[in-house]
Amino acid sequence: MRNRLLACLCAAFAVGAAHAELKLAFIDPLSGGAASAGVSAQKHVVFFTDAINARGGLNGEKITVLSYDNKVSPQESLIVLKKAIDEGARIVIQGNGSSVAHAITDAVLKHNERNPGKEVLFFNYAAIDPALTNEKCNFWHFRFDADVDMKMHGFTDVITKDRNIHKVYLINQDYSFGKAVAAAATRMLKEKRPDIQIVGDELHPLQKVQDFSPYVAKIKASGADTVITGNWSNDMLLLFKAGKDAGLNVNWFTYYGGGLGSVPAIGKDGVGRLKQITEYHNNVLPALPAEEAAFKKRFTEKADELYYWRLRNMFAMLEAAAKKAGSNDPVKLARALEGMKLDTPLGPMEMRADNHQLLQPLFVSTLSDKTKYDLEASGLGFVTDAKIDADKTALPTTCKMQRP
Amino acid sequence: MELVTFSLLNGAVYGLLLFMLSSGLTLIFSLMGVLNFAHASLFMLGAYFSWQLSRWVGFAPALVLAPLLCGLIGAAIERYGLRAVHARGHVAEILFTFGLSYVIAELVIMGWGRNPIENRVPAMIDFAAFHLFGTSYPFYKVLMTAISVGMFAFLYGAFKRTRLGLVIQAALTHPQMVGALGHDVPRLFVLVFAIGSALAGLAGVIGGFALLTEPNMAANLGPIVFVVVVVGGLGSIPGAFYASMLIGIVQTFAVALDYSMLDLLGAFGVTLTRADRLYEVAAIKIAQAAPIIPYVLLVVMLVVRPRGLLGTRDT
Amino acid sequence: MTRERLAWWIAAALALAVLPLVPGLDSSFSRSLLTQMGIAAVFALSYNLLLGQTGLLSFGHAVYFGLGGYAAIHFLRAINGGLPIPVPFVPLAGAAAGLAFGIVLGAVTTRRAGTIFALISLGIGEMVHAATLMLPGFFGGEEGVTASRTRAPHWLGLDFGSQLQVYYVIAFWLLAAAAAMYAFMRTPVGRMCNAVRDNPERAEFIGYNPQRVRFVVFSVSAMFAGLAGGLHAINYEIVAAEAVSAERSGVVLLMAYIGGVHHFIGAILGAIAITWLQVSLSDYTTAWLLYLGLFFMAIVLYVQGGLAGIVTLHAPFVRARSAGRLLRAYALAFVPVAAEVFGAIALIEMAYRRSTAPESGTHMRLFWIAMDTSTPWPWLIAAATWAAGYVAWRRVRPRIAAEWEAVNG
Repeated sequence: MRNRLLACLCAAFAVGAAHAELKLAFIDPLSGGAASAGVSAQKHVVFFTDAINARGGLNGEKITVLSYDNKVSPQESLIVLKKAIDEGARIVIQGNGSSVAHAITDAVLKHNERNPGKEVLFFNYAAIDPALTNEKCNFWHFRFDADVDMKMHGFTDVITKDRNIHKVYLINQDYSFGKAVAAAATRMLKEKRPDIQIVGDELHPLQKVQDFSPYVAKIKASGADTVITGNWSNDMLLLFKAGKDAGLNVNWFTYYGGGLGSVPAIGKDGVGRLKQITEYHNNVLPALPAEEAAFKKRFTEKADELYYWRLRNMFAMLEAAAKKAGSNDPVKLARALEGMKLDTPLGPMEMRADNHQLLQPLFVSTLSDKTKYDLEASGLGFVTDAKIDADKTALPTTCKMQRP
Repeated sequence: MELVTFSLLNGAVYGLLLFMLSSGLTLIFSLMGVLNFAHASLFMLGAYFSWQLSRWVGFAPALVLAPLLCGLIGAAIERYGLRAVHARGHVAEILFTFGLSYVIAELVIMGWGRNPIENRVPAMIDFAAFHLFGTSYPFYKVLMTAISVGMFAFLYGAFKRTRLGLVIQAALTHPQMVGALGHDVPRLFVLVFAIGSALAGLAGVIGGFALLTEPNMAANLGPIVFVVVVVGGLGSIPGAFYASMLIGIVQTFAVALDYSMLDLLGAFGVTLTRADRLYEVAAIKIAQAAPIIPYVLLVVMLVVRPRGLLGTRDT
Repeated sequence: MTRERLAWWIAAALALAVLPLVPGLDSSFSRSLLTQMGIAAVFALSYNLLLGQTGLLSFGHAVYFGLGGYAAIHFLRAINGGLPIPVPFVPLAGAAAGLAFGIVLGAVTTRRAGTIFALISLGIGEMVHAATLMLPGFFGGEEGVTASRTRAPHWLGLDFGSQLQVYYVIAFWLLAAAAAMYAFMRTPVGRMCNAVRDNPERAEFIGYNPQRVRFVVFSVSAMFAGLAGGLHAINYEIVAAEAVSAERSGVVLLMAYIGGVHHFIGAILGAIAITWLQVSLSDYTTAWLLYLGLFFMAIVLYVQGGLAGIVTLHAPFVRARSAGRLLRAYALAFVPVAAEVFGAIALIEMAYRRSTAPESGTHMRLFWIAMDTSTPWPWLIAAATWAAGYVAWRRVRPRIAAEWEAVNG
């Protein structure tokens, strides 16, 4: 799907891209099972870049967003990445699918090595496999979402305090991210609450399962009182749906339980039981932040929620970095981003220089039916249980960054 | 124990969904030899039509209207599209329906967008039918069972008892002879295609609740339906029934089983470690291998017995 | 080989060599596009050996493409690890794997022809696709398998980092594969494929085993599909589960059929057209897959020879110098058909905008005309344009048919 600003520019490609603007490539699923996540993020990107353009752009250049559908496929992503770079994109934004992020971070590194002077940056807003800022870190990749381990720390701290939790069932998607969630949960629970029994560790195919009732039957059979899952998009809401059909009565500790479609899927069954750990939810402040009010004014479908606050943080940092560097050259932007500290309405945030991981405040929240603001007109919203300050979310890293 | 019960129940329901979907295709494939790639697309249209019609006139009328609409569309496809292609052989027919499946999927996107639509179970059938071992079982799944069994009874009765059914039965095994005896075979084709499509549409109305209603629906279920039709055998409705139940139950059970060859070898005292060559293959759990089972069945059946389980005629 | 044929081959080789240097086609984008077309052409040619030459409709040909790709990328990884073989030889690993799997799976698949063959190919395609998640060591799981084409021994001073160098590797293999497949069709086995396609019973009577012929063709076709997979591995440096998916099998079927199954060059034309549609048209409209589907169905219904068929249909007229008359007749149809096409495109684009991007608002530009889709006018005008075009076309059609008869006369 193309931004309509774009249609005019397409004709210029055969002749060669002009450089009076900064092109951003947005590569995410815009069709298929994960489309709801990708399309929502695309709206966020358009929203925030329009705001920057209204303020005069970055260093005098207007931002143009080129969108590409990758169907959560690493192979398709590299095909469109090539196309994006050929069409002049200097910054690539992607998030849905750590499998894709691994491919893109490798490909960007290769491209930059082979084409000095035509470097490209990779802004990762949602692929949170810890490996991307540890073993596979590189100078061109910046991550704007807390990684699996950081979030699991927050969750396990909450679990440690809850003495009613005895049996935990892990169910995740069978790829790098899902496996990372399972591994982190197992490791941290053993450290903090060795008395908790892990009664199941399930990996199911990514974005392929239509009917989760067999899995729900297994969860029931195991006698678990808590489920920890990193499932996202269709996999999350279908799991909820099957759980609701079967009357599954467990605590849900999820990474993406508040994502599009998931809250309506679980409905009232989730009140008091569904938990998530995110950098934002719409009841985190007493009043809606200005960004959300403006977002909801522009995008009026029921499903349009400002879910990706981290995209707001990402563009705030980009704008600040552009100002600091005085140029839109990717290498200079990257150097300006490293170590940058900014204030946000929710607290201070920092882009770590050692592994390019953003530190921002995190909130553990629970679903409730008595909130001021609800999600997707469902009457249900999240209430904060605990806030973790940005600097407290940091974890040690094994990254050995090589800088140009 | 409860795992086995629920796996059986879920598997049976899934199998019945497959039967609803494949009964129509068995008819079409058996009678006309057309590998109808657009059959699952009609299933998808049934789901979307039912959602749209429910919003306009309520669920109960939609339950009747949506399949009718699909039947009409099926009749039109056969009369105005396939008829022109029949003379050119099976390859051309397959290609036509193949292209049609692309076009229908895109038309669905054009009409309702790329995202799944909120096809929620309508309030009148949204309650728990019964409770077993502390788990509730939704009513719409019971409804699905009822409709599916009803379809089976209808088709079986219609074939064995009515005159038209007898003619169709004859045409399933000896199409040329039936034409030579004076029956209007082209009209028969249109009728059968319409009935098959209507059945697919009906399956879509209910299937739309059980599964996610999105433009990918047809592509997800399409291949499995072919497996059912081929394994069950041509010209045989009971065959399609047995094949769908077999595949539904086996696949659902497979998900529940976390055993692998490693466990089997372990029982014989043989242990493999990661360093061993065959470790990876042996470590595959049955749950992981579940998606592959129907296709293995398809290939084995086609090689060993192309007639299928209860088929009356070769493919 | 006749002089004329040889001249065509040399011209093709020269064209391939010069194409990425032509101004206008020398951007990175165009070179990538040409490379993609080259890979698709090899794949489509291999597929046409089955469909066009032997009448075997396969829905799982991507299996051999993908398995060849996986083999090639593992080979490339081995080269990254120190194996001293230069990058241009990597596709041979793909071809070898394609051949091996073609022989193994072909023994099972080619027992029957027709619908059963199509179903078995579908089943095997889905099987292999499902198996990619089960064996992460070879298939790399969801992440796929990656490698680097620059961490390899240099060859003739080239490091194969730039797109231009990759293009020349692909172009070389395209030429070699096309020549090999063309030559294969001229061998006795190749000629028997046509016989088996047209009348397998008769072929059996004159002493040939149709099943064995099918098996040989299948293996050869799988080999070249694997070669295409190897080219893919070099170009993208990643192979993942999509390479064996039903979608990829579907696309190559579209390419071969739209290009024209009765002619050797049809597959190449189809590959060029479909790749261009996939890469470039998708920039302009989200409805491109619908256009592709409709185009495909039009070819199935009306122009069975495909694009190549259209060309060869008119070749005799060009030679007889009566093409001018025919073109004038076609010109009559130009306005009605254009009206139909524009009307349909307008309706489709407006409907897509409304359903897939409602937040972009109701104002849109189509063919440099601005319109507001919330009012009924654009819809009515588009529908009226289409209807007018249709009516005019019905009036003009007998005239064109008459001209056709006369020219054929």
